[in-house]
Amino acid sequence: MLKTFLLAGTAIAIGAGAAGSASAQISNDAVRIGVLNDRSGIYADLSGEGSAVAARMAAEEFGGNIAGAPIEIVVGDHQNKADIAANTARQWVDTDNVDVVADVPNSAAALAVQEIMRDRKHILLMSGPGSTDLTGKACSPYGFHWTYDNYAMAAGTGRAMYEQGNEKWFFLTADYAFGHSLENETTKMVQSLGGEVAGTVRHPLGTADFSSFLLQAQGSGADVIGLANAGSDTTNAIKQASEFGITQAGQNLAGLLLFITDVHALGLEAAQDLMLTTGFYWDRDDATREWSAKFESLHGSKPTMVHAGVYSAVRHYLQAVKDAGTDDADAVSAKMREMPVNDMFASDGKILPNGRMVHDMYLARVKKPSESQGPWDYYEIVSTMPADQAFLAPADSGCALVN
Amino acid sequence: MFELLGVPPQVLFGQLLLGLINGSFYALLSLGLAVIFGMLNVINFAHGAQYMLGAFAAYLLGQYAGIGYWWSLLLAPLAVGAFGIVLEKTMLSRLYKLDHLYGLLLTFGLALIIEGVFRQVYGVSGQPYPIPALLQGGQNLGFMFLPNYRGWVIVASLLICLATWYAIERTRLGAYLRAATENPVLVQAFGINVPVMITLTYGFGVALAGFAGVLAAPIYQVNPLMGSNLIIVVFAVVVIGGMGSILGAILTGFGLGILEGLTKVFYPEASNIVIFVVMAIVLLIKPAGLFGRER
Amino acid sequence: MATNTQTAGTLRQDTINPTARNALIVLGLAVAIAAPFVLYPVFLMKLLCFALFACAFNLLIGYVGLLSFGHAAFFGGAAYVTAHAAKVWGLTPELAILLGVASATLMGLVFGFIAIRRQGIYFAMVTLALSQMVFFVALQAPFTGGEDGIQAVPRGHLLGLIDLYVPLNMYYFVLAVFLFGFALIWRTVESPFGQVLKAIRENEARAVSLGYKVDRYKLMAFVMSAALAGLAGGTKALVFQLASLTDVQWQMSGEVVLMTLLGGMGTLFGPVVGAALVVTLQNYLAGTQLPVTVVTGAIFVVCVLLFRRGIVGEALRLMGAKRN
Repeated sequence: MLKTFLLAGTAIAIGAGAAGSASAQISNDAVRIGVLNDRSGIYADLSGEGSAVAARMAAEEFGGNIAGAPIEIVVGDHQNKADIAANTARQWVDTDNVDVVADVPNSAAALAVQEIMRDRKHILLMSGPGSTDLTGKACSPYGFHWTYDNYAMAAGTGRAMYEQGNEKWFFLTADYAFGHSLENETTKMVQSLGGEVAGTVRHPLGTADFSSFLLQAQGSGADVIGLANAGSDTTNAIKQASEFGITQAGQNLAGLLLFITDVHALGLEAAQDLMLTTGFYWDRDDATREWSAKFESLHGSKPTMVHAGVYSAVRHYLQAVKDAGTDDADAVSAKMREMPVNDMFASDGKILPNGRMVHDMYLARVKKPSESQGPWDYYEIVSTMPADQAFLAPADSGCALVN
Repeated sequence: MFELLGVPPQVLFGQLLLGLINGSFYALLSLGLAVIFGMLNVINFAHGAQYMLGAFAAYLLGQYAGIGYWWSLLLAPLAVGAFGIVLEKTMLSRLYKLDHLYGLLLTFGLALIIEGVFRQVYGVSGQPYPIPALLQGGQNLGFMFLPNYRGWVIVASLLICLATWYAIERTRLGAYLRAATENPVLVQAFGINVPVMITLTYGFGVALAGFAGVLAAPIYQVNPLMGSNLIIVVFAVVVIGGMGSILGAILTGFGLGILEGLTKVFYPEASNIVIFVVMAIVLLIKPAGLFGRER
Repeated sequence: MATNTQTAGTLRQDTINPTARNALIVLGLAVAIAAPFVLYPVFLMKLLCFALFACAFNLLIGYVGLLSFGHAAFFGGAAYVTAHAAKVWGLTPELAILLGVASATLMGLVFGFIAIRRQGIYFAMVTLALSQMVFFVALQAPFTGGEDGIQAVPRGHLLGLIDLYVPLNMYYFVLAVFLFGFALIWRTVESPFGQVLKAIRENEARAVSLGYKVDRYKLMAFVMSAALAGLAGGTKALVFQLASLTDVQWQMSGEVVLMTLLGGMGTLFGPVVGAALVVTLQNYLAGTQLPVTVVTGAIFVVCVLLFRRGIVGEALRLMGAKRN
């Protein structure tokens, strides 16, 4: 676990704030991975301890060490606050010899940590956050955005809902970086297809009572209410929409970012027929089923795409460290970009110059209660979106590293 | 359908209804605060945490004892009130001789502890609590849709507020209470056990908070942080209404809830701060509060 | 309103052996100068910022007897202004901080004017409510970045010359800011103005009858306290290169109350000790599974019930008792 500042500070204080050391071997004789996410709040179920479990599963595949240096996993709770995330990452890198930070859901926290990691030249493996800015105007040579992003959600769910006849949209948006980005991407997608946006309302992160916002949505006369939020915000909004008779009155709901843990919390009765885009589903093929069964035995529930993404990213990182023979960030980044990503999560996944890992995404529909054969049997995969359709081309991303 | 000032009726009446519901909670909570302040001269910062305890008591009763909503409405406030009595007897009563600020600080510390413990055990994402079967569904009134449960919240809150007001202003026990507030020494001399009355009053005020918590559980998610931002708005309501006035607390609570609802219709960005702005204005014009008397 | 805040030890500190006190001060300065070579500089800078914040708060509660529960508004508000000035307008750090202080002073003037109309607990509640208003404005105003906060705030070059990205430079700058603020408070407290403030705290009616415009003194103290809290907040924004909602939340106001209570209300050094303890404790607890708020709340309760003088207050009392 984290050392106290006194012990570490004595050894490292001189180098505080300076760049991480570049060495020809593994620094501090250990590969230390910090899994930083929300462990107690609204995103705890979709990331939380599950991501740490996934990281440990990846480390196990290397026998728990690389070239004799043990792989250590530490965890941190950023409580969905950008300043706590930034301070934890900073302290981890400056005084606790953490080499790489992983997960970081909550785009505001991810943006803050991206700054810190870029400044200190350490790698950041992002599975949880959604903002396209992370591989756009805030891109970093050390930041890798692995699992999904808001463009993919818009291209998947947004387009699918539009094609079902929902041409007039109203957005219920979580008022921070992620929500704005998701609303933005979906608006662009809908408008490019010929649809219109009737209005938008912003709600604070972690709202318990959506009644007032849902009323505004109802009053707009839109065909569909796009929920540009995640975690319990989404599930609460869906539950309360039903309570206020909104869905019964004929308006559709579009869960623009929906995880299998949300469907589990809602129950199929409430969630049936919702469309969603996902980077991973446990029941897709034999490899995913095998990995997910092992995950479930360790964590107690099936993995979300965030969990699977953490596993894949950490595994790829560790492979790169092994092949490069060092954990120096520049060498490892180069190695990571050289190798394709091939595991149960992605086949022939590629890392683009802006840090975006592109892979196939899947459009799914939540099954009706009658169609499901048991717990966690929730999705029907409707179609596969190839990588070039699901993600922005680097030239369009706005990243300064791409020329 | 007709439109009022460019706003469709569904939206206007819907928001007014929501405002009235918020107002119900403001009224219940500020009533509890006013009762406690009147007797003890203590600002019960833990009121928000005790509201949260009421909601959790209902949730726990449901989870582990299979006790449903209607019984929880009775049992949860009793449990929370009893907890309040313990707090008063062991800690609060030691501070009466000191500056009243210490009471505020103590209850602040207690609020942190209570919220911290529940946060540690339950996280912050909230536990679901089902709407009681009797009150599910809603009425389509034409100009708006009224969920049954939310209508019940308003009715229950009004009933309890009026009952409390009646008890304090119109009964003999209430008269003793009011007298003890004015002059405890004299009332003690008449043979009335003032310390016990103080303890029970605190317990009652806390029970009111617990009751509000049970009412809130099905609509607001049972969540350790549910009281903390709410309590500050309630403080503002009490400052506006004037401390120590029971009727003032009730009227101001409902009134400000409605005002907040109206603001959401016409100027939603300001809805969070409208109550504080009103507080600032009232302080500049009538510092004692709308219904308050200078102490 | 006469208060028995039991801040005994306030007057007694003036009678402490001056040589001993000066020796302690020199020792403290030596430690402060050597510290960044031993401990993590960012942690030390955080400590100094909060110590200044607590000292500013203490000016109001310890010397005027007014408990403000809304000081986070000044701290966090200045943090936002400084962050914006440094990042968007590209001002040098000292100008950015000055702008932050100016905004806190202005806010202090407006809030003070409204809040002073009430006393005691009402004053506390009014300040709390006003600061919550600032929180909601910060939540929605575009320039604060809402939940995201203002990130990547540049530290820049002090006076255009000294690179503040070098941790040691930044540390000594923060130390200088802290010493400046502390010295200002010290001078104020020992001045005639400070004496009037203490008189108001002890017996306001008497001060009024002696002809002092009590409200004006209270307002001046309030504004000064707000300005110094703003100084702490602006500096903090540059240290962490981030200004966020956490800085304007009521929990932050509660924290500074705790630091002062724990250290000793109404003593000069109490807030510094309290801040050091609380920041260290939070840092330590963050690495464990123990819930920080519970521990904070427990300390509050224990202090209020059993330990009202705080650490420095108790120490002064013991030293006084020994001499007698």
